[in-house]
Amino acid sequence: MQTEASDVLNEFRQGNLDAFETLFRQHQRAVYGWILRIVRNHATADELTVETFWRIHRAHARFEPSCGFEGWARRIATHAALDWMRAGRAESELTTELSRDPVAAAIGDPAVSAEIRRKTALAFERLPPKLRIAAVLTVVEEQPHKDVAEALGISVAAVKLRVFRAVRMLRKDLERQGIRP
Amino acid sequence: MNEKGDDRLKKLLREALPPIEGESEPARDLWPDLLRRMDEKPATTPWFDWALLAGLVGLAAFFPTAIPVFLYYL
Repeated sequence: MQTEASDVLNEFRQGNLDAFETLFRQHQRAVYGWILRIVRNHATADELTVETFWRIHRAHARFEPSCGFEGWARRIATHAALDWMRAGRAESELTTELSRDPVAAAIGDPAVSAEIRRKTALAFERLPPKLRIAAVLTVVEEQPHKDVAEALGISVAAVKLRVFRAVRMLRKDLERQGIRP
Repeated sequence: MNEKGDDRLKKLLREALPPIEGESEPARDLWPDLLRRMDEKPATTPWFDWALLAGLVGLAAFFPTAIPVFLYYL
């Protein structure tokens, strides 16, 4: 079984399309789920999953089978999502998604008004993408710092620093709007 | 700011952006989309991207002190 998996990885590295499809079928769900946690929009997650596997296919010759496929794919997915956020397409889509998501509007602490939640979400969108991605994965999705660090290609300490800066900037933004969390 | 305040802000953030629950998967098969994407011609870099890059290199050459500031905002 392990030899079979190793064969698929080696064949993928040599550019075999069938091996690539096998890996796509095995990992698309995990990659899609990871991207969805970052971009929070199903249509965008579809688009970025395709983009991620396209990048994976282009980089097949650089793939190192001994390092495993999952972590490599996750790192490429994270960078695809980061590029998408940097292109500035995140803001309008997140706002639209939040405004039409009745579950997001209804759940949570009733003491926190929908207006405060909306302002917090909008303030979060204004954070620089590299801070936003670290904060959404660690604070909102509660992913382990180690996984986030590997996906971003930085150290655990750097992830913690980005989250710290994100929280600080978010607080300042909310305070400017008269919200004291 | 103290740790308690940070915890409150993190809680508020989770209220504003509820975590994605459970396993998610695409609603349709993305393999045909991927094959179409692979068949597309590679995009060429527009001339203004090269101009922007040249501008940045020029800026770094003439104002090296701006490099850390630029890296901070990357």
